[in-house]
Amino acid sequence: MATTLPIPETTTVLKPQKSDLGWTRPDHKTGIVDWLTTTDHKKIGIMYGCFALFFLIVGGVEALMIRIQLAVPQNSFVSATTYNQLFTMHGTTMIFLAVMPINAAFFNFIMPLQIGARDVAFPRMNTFGLWTLLAGGIILNISWFFQFANAFGWFAPADGRLEIAPAGGWFGYAPLSATQYTGIGTNFWILGLQVLGISSLAGSFNFIVTIINMRAPGMKMMRLPVFTWMTLITSFLLIFALPAIAVALAELQFDRYFNTNFFKVEMGGQPILWQHLFWIFGHPEVYILILPTMGIVSEILPTFSKRPLFGYPIIVFSGAVIGFLGFAVWSHHMFATGLGKYATAAFSLLTMAIAVPTGVKIFNWIGTLWGGRITFSIPMIYSLAFVWMFMMGGFSGIMHSSAPADAQQTDSYFVIAHFHYVLIGGSLLSIIAGLYYWFPKVTGKMMNLKLGKWYAFLIIAGLNITFFPMHWLGLNGMPRRTHTYQAGFGWETWNLVCSIGAMVLGIGIFLVVLDVFISARRGKLAAKDPWDGRTLEWTTSNPPPHYNFARTPIVKGKDSFFIHKYGQSKDKIEFEGEDAHGIHMPSNSWMPMISGICFTIFGVALALMPSGVIPGMGWLAVITLVGACIPLFLWALEGPGGYHLHVKKDNNLATNS
Amino acid sequence: MSQSSSNTIDSLSNNVHTTHPSSTGIDNKKLAMWAFLGSDCMFFGTLISTHLIYRKLYPESVTEPKIVVTDLFDIELTSFSTFILLLSSFFMALCVSAMHKGQIKSFRKNCLLVIFFGLIFLGCQVYEFHHFAHGNPDKGVPSLTLSNNIFGSTFYLMTGTHGVHVAIGVIILLVMYFYSYSGKMKTTHAIDVEMAGLYWHFVDIVWIIIFTAVYLVEYI
Repeated sequence: MATTLPIPETTTVLKPQKSDLGWTRPDHKTGIVDWLTTTDHKKIGIMYGCFALFFLIVGGVEALMIRIQLAVPQNSFVSATTYNQLFTMHGTTMIFLAVMPINAAFFNFIMPLQIGARDVAFPRMNTFGLWTLLAGGIILNISWFFQFANAFGWFAPADGRLEIAPAGGWFGYAPLSATQYTGIGTNFWILGLQVLGISSLAGSFNFIVTIINMRAPGMKMMRLPVFTWMTLITSFLLIFALPAIAVALAELQFDRYFNTNFFKVEMGGQPILWQHLFWIFGHPEVYILILPTMGIVSEILPTFSKRPLFGYPIIVFSGAVIGFLGFAVWSHHMFATGLGKYATAAFSLLTMAIAVPTGVKIFNWIGTLWGGRITFSIPMIYSLAFVWMFMMGGFSGIMHSSAPADAQQTDSYFVIAHFHYVLIGGSLLSIIAGLYYWFPKVTGKMMNLKLGKWYAFLIIAGLNITFFPMHWLGLNGMPRRTHTYQAGFGWETWNLVCSIGAMVLGIGIFLVVLDVFISARRGKLAAKDPWDGRTLEWTTSNPPPHYNFARTPIVKGKDSFFIHKYGQSKDKIEFEGEDAHGIHMPSNSWMPMISGICFTIFGVALALMPSGVIPGMGWLAVITLVGACIPLFLWALEGPGGYHLHVKKDNNLATNS
Repeated sequence: MSQSSSNTIDSLSNNVHTTHPSSTGIDNKKLAMWAFLGSDCMFFGTLISTHLIYRKLYPESVTEPKIVVTDLFDIELTSFSTFILLLSSFFMALCVSAMHKGQIKSFRKNCLLVIFFGLIFLGCQVYEFHHFAHGNPDKGVPSLTLSNNIFGSTFYLMTGTHGVHVAIGVIILLVMYFYSYSGKMKTTHAIDVEMAGLYWHFVDIVWIIIFTAVYLVEYI
């Protein structure tokens, strides 16, 4: 794992300040205490990444179990209820616990380095986001253990329903997620998502302020690397989209806990309200998953074709338009509900319109490649695959935007094919590209590039073998979310092919994740600027020191490091002088983790409360909720803390050339 | 504390505790607060739209006898508590201004007034909830609870959420009030008071919308 570099000799470290509470905040530089209390955005990013990769494997195992069940007709590998739980948890885990946290890991680690900042604007809030992410992950997944306990006869909820792990789908359509249709699993799902929402909000406020306010001198908005731009847009999407689902979840929870009538048809509740509220969040959410990865690709393609990004302002603008239009197309998830012809026509048109900025981006990427000196290194292979595979997902997306066509395709495997091309072919491929690209920055080592080509082959082949036949299955009428199917519909062959492909894809992804952890220990040492990078993060050492920049760089243009290396003398990066007091570094804090632990207990206790098995869960939930808020107040009283470093000006700009 | 000496403290503190002057000149905390308020707009927007969508949809046959919300509402009391909340915003503004000038005594006085008015508002809301939940059997006005009617569900969840926001604001101000006696509260903390102020004004504005869209609208 990444270790902080030894502090240069000329460093003077002043004692951390005493807080108003009379405590001294921890400022360990190494060891377990440091990892638990750290406020360093790089360590937080690494932990985000590790948790996300773990949950990627968990969600992947769930997917493979789904594919084993569907490999042959009328299979009895899992029961119908278990199947529901598998697809629910697969979707929820992959979206909220794998792709979003991996994106957050990149935001955390890379973005401050790209803008020339020493840390994010609110280091403790960043730590808080990390521990609440873990809290949400635990709340969601601990339900499996109660499910197992039930199987052994140790845990029997009072309502007698066996959906102890969530079984309502990642969309949780009310009233199917009400108490009469699903068991306490839905409680775990609601509370897990609420806590994850807190995590994402805390992170997003932080990133927005960091990008707007903490840019190095000369780093104008239109000089920001595209990845940083996409971080900003994604953060805005999150802060505007999450409240909608927070309210929807609260209403559902009130229905389940306090017998309110939000989604009770017999009392005048409207199930369609849930769909609206959910998809007002849910559609921006898909851009929350894809925009950061478009940012990653926009960093990698120019680096490996040795050309500046074609049409930088248009790429940035298209990203913003996608984010904006993303809030105006949610009802295309609901064409089949009968919205009326005017609403349907409007949402249909807007959905088609969103293909325009997306298409603009794809042409710009192709324009970047055109005439470039292309190196087929692993990040580049995945990025090129991304452009192609994402385009395939985009094409079937445009097919869905036409309401009459969508009426045929909705709830069929065609939709599954579409969004897996977008989320695996889009998000995941470029996330892996980002892993290979920034791995040397994070760890100072290289991932295995020789084996990497084979893994890339497995993943890209597996992806297509799994999901391409699903287009045919869907058009032949195979419905989503059913745990089995009869023989004789002509679905047998392609289902088997899909399942085999899924195994190939699963093995490929597992090998890449394995390689991440092996290479972190035993990988080849990376050169200082291994890819001939273009942006500021490559001016630091690998891994960067915990203060990031010994002196704040003064940026002279877009692709600042590239023009520094190859441009004219006026493009050379300069540095600010040292402040009299040196570099101010924040102290660590225990408070975010204590709050996270309390949130975990709160969620689990509140979810278990209606089961009636363990008494006192309601009181425990109240106490731990208070317990989760108290550290936030104490944190304000901890005082600014911190210490000062005097660092020798390092020679960070040395390059391979 | 004179203006010049407070400026010195400001600049000293800035020198010591920020690594980076902000690119836009806006304080980091303030920018984060604006982002939070933007997010909170969506939060209340969703709650209020839920209420407005459901307002006319609930079937009349569901509750017997039928609930007429205007019989239940005590618009004089709610108008009074609305006025109180608006008044508290005025003192909040004075409070922020006092802290910017370093007038700690004036800060305490105004802060206490805001807390006091906030508590009156909360008291009115508790009385109102209690009153609605029991109805008025003498006049034949049925009760309105979370579960007996969809109007009740949306009404209590929305106004309750707003009440929680006010309560959080009161707690924040209480903490600041007591902190001011520790002797560590300086003009550098004016930004924190200002953030509490932003939050308080926002919660106040949300109440104006709720008062209009939820209470007054029923009398049209």
